[in-house]
Amino acid sequence: MTGADALVMPWVLVACSVLLGLAALGAIVRMVKGPALLDRVLASDVLLVVLSGALMVDMAANRHTNHVALIVGITLIGFVGSVTVARFVQDRRPR
Amino acid sequence: MTLDPSALDTVLTWVAGILMVAGSALSLSAAVGLLRFPDLITRMHAATKPQVLGSLLLLTAVGLQLRSWALVPLALVAWIFQLLTVPVSAHMVGRAGYRTKHLKDARLSVDELEDVVARLEREHAARRPGSGGADDGGADGERAGAPMLREDGS
Repeated sequence: MTGADALVMPWVLVACSVLLGLAALGAIVRMVKGPALLDRVLASDVLLVVLSGALMVDMAANRHTNHVALIVGITLIGFVGSVTVARFVQDRRPR
Repeated sequence: MTLDPSALDTVLTWVAGILMVAGSALSLSAAVGLLRFPDLITRMHAATKPQVLGSLLLLTAVGLQLRSWALVPLALVAWIFQLLTVPVSAHMVGRAGYRTKHLKDARLSVDELEDVVARLEREHAARRPGSGGADDGGADGERAGAPMLREDGS
């Protein structure tokens, strides 16, 4: 670890952890509150992207490439779930 | 002007740190929009747009921190596929949300899809006499893909 890394990266890690943690919390709150199934699907999509963002922050801060395959896999097939649910959604709300 | 290696190293590390914080802030903005916006369509707008830029910034930060050109194709693949797949899921969610009436009509300033859906439903009802015109609420969800799916079935 070089000098600049030791100076910068701890603060960057703290800031990114707080921001990404708040983002994940917001997505989970929207997932719990609802009101419709599609809102929950959107929130789970956001949660997945927040997770991959955390993996990328970890890779950049600690200088390793352990998660590269996982990142590529998430971006390749992460959309399948929301597309599937959106295709078969039914309207069960009273109107 | 010559740039000695340690100064370049410091600059790259600072730039990567700024990019990481900015990318995380964009993820947070997506979550805030998801919480604060009133409507499925507006929430979809907030949930799908900032994230692509955020992941671009984070991938750039990874590339800068690792200082390796071998990582650039992988990052490019990851980002391009995100650009390709995020609009697909946003389109499907928006389509299903529109067809199942998950939007507040008063908030729309223009609704161009309404005429198309009405025309398709009229044509569909005309093609199958007897069952056409039955427009109760429960049929909405089933109608989500009906005009395209039933072409060969009936």
